[in-house]
Amino acid sequence: MISHLAVLPVLLPLVGAPACVVLRRPGAAWAFACGVAFLAFVAASHLLVQTRELGVISYALGGWAAPWGIEYRIDLLNALVLVLVSAMGMTVLLASRASVRGEVDPSRHSLFYVAYLLCLAGLLGIVATGDAFNLFVFLEISSLATYALVACGRDRRALIAAFNYLIMGTIGATFILIGIGFLYMTTGTLNMLDLAVRLPQLGESQTVFAAYAFIVVGVCLKLALFPLHLWLPGTYTQAPSIVTAFLAATATKVALYVLVRFSFSVFHLETSRLALSLEAIFITLGVVAAFAGSLVAIYATDLKRGLAWSSIAQVGYMAISVGIGTAAGLQAGLIHLFNHALMKGALFLAVAAYVLRVGGTTFRELRGIGQRMPLTTAAFVVGGLSLIGIPGTAGFISKWYLVMAAMESERWLLAFLVVASSLLTAVYIWRFIEVAYLEKPESGKASPQKPAGMLLTCTLLLALANLYFGFDTRLPVSTSAGAAANLLGARTP
Amino acid sequence: MELAVNIVLLSLLVTTAAALVLVRGLLASIMLTSIYGLLSASFFVIMDAVDVAFTEAAVGAGVSPLLLLLSVAVIGRHEARNAGARPLFAVLLVGITGALLIVGTLDMPAFGRADAPAHLHVAPRYLLLSGEETGIPNVVTSVLASYRAYDTLGEVIVIFTAGVAVILILASGTHRGSARPHSAPVDTKDPHTILQVVSKTMIPFMLLFAFYVQFHGDYGPGGGFQAGVIFASGIILYGLLYGLPAICRVIRPPVVELCSALGVLVYGVTGILSMLQGRPFLDYSVLADDPIRAQQIGIMVIELGVGITVASVLIVIYYAFANQFETNGN
Amino acid sequence: MDILSHFNYWVVVVLMMLGFFIVIARGNLIKKLIGLNIFQTSVFIFYISTGKVIGGSAPVLSSDIQLYSNPLPHVLILTAIVVGIATTSVGLALVLRIYRAYGSIEQDEILEQSRQ
Repeated sequence: MISHLAVLPVLLPLVGAPACVVLRRPGAAWAFACGVAFLAFVAASHLLVQTRELGVISYALGGWAAPWGIEYRIDLLNALVLVLVSAMGMTVLLASRASVRGEVDPSRHSLFYVAYLLCLAGLLGIVATGDAFNLFVFLEISSLATYALVACGRDRRALIAAFNYLIMGTIGATFILIGIGFLYMTTGTLNMLDLAVRLPQLGESQTVFAAYAFIVVGVCLKLALFPLHLWLPGTYTQAPSIVTAFLAATATKVALYVLVRFSFSVFHLETSRLALSLEAIFITLGVVAAFAGSLVAIYATDLKRGLAWSSIAQVGYMAISVGIGTAAGLQAGLIHLFNHALMKGALFLAVAAYVLRVGGTTFRELRGIGQRMPLTTAAFVVGGLSLIGIPGTAGFISKWYLVMAAMESERWLLAFLVVASSLLTAVYIWRFIEVAYLEKPESGKASPQKPAGMLLTCTLLLALANLYFGFDTRLPVSTSAGAAANLLGARTP
Repeated sequence: MELAVNIVLLSLLVTTAAALVLVRGLLASIMLTSIYGLLSASFFVIMDAVDVAFTEAAVGAGVSPLLLLLSVAVIGRHEARNAGARPLFAVLLVGITGALLIVGTLDMPAFGRADAPAHLHVAPRYLLLSGEETGIPNVVTSVLASYRAYDTLGEVIVIFTAGVAVILILASGTHRGSARPHSAPVDTKDPHTILQVVSKTMIPFMLLFAFYVQFHGDYGPGGGFQAGVIFASGIILYGLLYGLPAICRVIRPPVVELCSALGVLVYGVTGILSMLQGRPFLDYSVLADDPIRAQQIGIMVIELGVGITVASVLIVIYYAFANQFETNGN
Repeated sequence: MDILSHFNYWVVVVLMMLGFFIVIARGNLIKKLIGLNIFQTSVFIFYISTGKVIGGSAPVLSSDIQLYSNPLPHVLILTAIVVGIATTSVGLALVLRIYRAYGSIEQDEILEQSRQ
């Protein structure tokens, strides 16, 4: 009897989605999807425990050994991301019922949950796989499901956002496909571990360089790294609030995982001749993204749009950590990946609750929301403080490790810029606090909708997680330290 | 000789693509797209990729032009002359990408060399051992349905996702601030008597051919995907000639939706059967005592799953598109 | 370097770029999808070219054939073709909805309406 743990987090939602089609009643579909997501989360958590104890777990799909068959290869890095994605996927799904009822056309609810499960399965499959082409296939599963979910938004602009995302996402995926083709051509293999062994034997090859360039550009499109971020603001603003919360907490994180995996596990960026120029590119783009994203967020008149631009800024920090490229830098990036999912999850779930209550997310509509929805707004403020990086919150840990990593590699200016850009974050969070607590609500326009218990509970839960991981940092810090060491350390299998 | 055909086909492809860049008007563009599909299918035959050629002919010159035509029937064939033109930016971006690609090709092994790295590492095992390990002569089928069966499950899920996505997107429901579209000048009440009679005799043969392709994939080009496309084409042909209500009475939409999920489940459950008996997901060896027999059963079952899902999703998509036409076009 | 040895690849690069150009430069949404289609199909042509062995035959095992072309790129592209048509159909579904909501599928007309 062998352990199937490695494949379960992906397989459950993957097979659960078609089974969910049978359930015509939206409530049943939702409950079923929640059950599936919960089981996937349990499996992923067990998997993380096992990788911490036993090291790398390999699973040969179809019983064919790699590189002839497809392999799932779970180490600390993808086990951590699997836990994160399944946990966020589950939490947002649990919170979703009321919000979906409020924002999505009633005729589509049960299929909405099918698409959600497909998207979750795709994202988890990208993370778990050890095969480059299999990664492309699962990337497309999650992307197609995402386009449909985004198009469920209430405003007709959601359709435009979904279409633009489809075009850019497909260009990105095709670039990745080109890169994988170049790699196959030069090495004869698609297995990532096998690639990592065979690529150094080729020496300096233009083909390998082009392969890396195309994969990085394709992944950065998905990651929305400046200047490839154009699809993100529209998508996050127009998608149903639940979808925005789900995407913000998972999709960009998975893209960052792919970037790190290809850069360090497959291409050994740190030893490459190109390392220096790529470092400079990632750090420069990251800093520009952090400032530009925050500045646009400050001038936004719509809370959802502001938070979308804030995500672009936060992706900047992650790019900076990849650019630093040391063990400390990667660790900081992974910690921020983890914490940022918690922050944006809490913030966007709170936004979903606002939409449900007042029908929109412009600052005008949100005046005085602090008095009307004290708990939700409190959760939002905690998430916001975490986003700024106030001590006592998870965000502080991210920023702390990032600044330390910058200083350790003697990039003093970079450390300063990271701190300075955090102040910009404080400006736009403060703007919202001002609107929510200090301004008088517009009279009369309270919708009679009942408060959504699950939504509130999940929002508070994520806010508490932001506080908890500000004190007890063992899980992300120790796992990411191990993962970063693996990425840079021993090469041989 | 092969080289000459190669050069001719590639030149035709370039010409078609260039014509697509220059031409305005959607109908002409769709015609050129399907020519492009057909030419690339021919090119794949020259490259020894018969399975791919079959699929590309069905998709590139069949399904995709059909869906494009259905859309244009709703929207109208007009393409604005200077709409959204950003030629300078586009030329710059395309130039950089193309240059990077050319740089990438410089260190590539020469075209067609048998000692290129791609042919020396993983692929030889498939060519040498797949006959003994799966008992199936068509190596593409054995790699697709056994060695890399998990990718193929992913492919089926992609198709299934597309079906779900199309229903989600096109399901009734209007957005805030929707404008009333102008109706396209298309007449559907035109009786196609001759076509109807001819096709009525053709459709049974198409469906029969679909079954042949479904079960012949082990020995020659074919398999679940191609069979599904052909089966769906037969149904769609009926729908095109007799109208959407007629076909919906024969094959009801909810049933097709369930079938699209059923195909995926057939595939997935086959994999789970292996897990229940302590083997990895999609390891067919548990399906029979004789390992080769087990492989053949596994491959047949999952190909059936592929066929069911592909056929039903294509029909679902056709229903959704044709429905737009019936409600918007008139 | 022999020009002919890389001729296929260069032509394929040209094909890819023509498709890519249509995606970026055209404002009609259906034309964009057509461009995307050409772009992807050209990538398929590239993959299949890499699998060709001169003098080889189609990878269907037979006792009187010694040399086969590489089957793995064929398998990958079969999957990729399916992904391509899936994307096209979702894209077209979006276009149909966009037309219903805006009465147009030209990018700048839609942008103009969105700004109002």
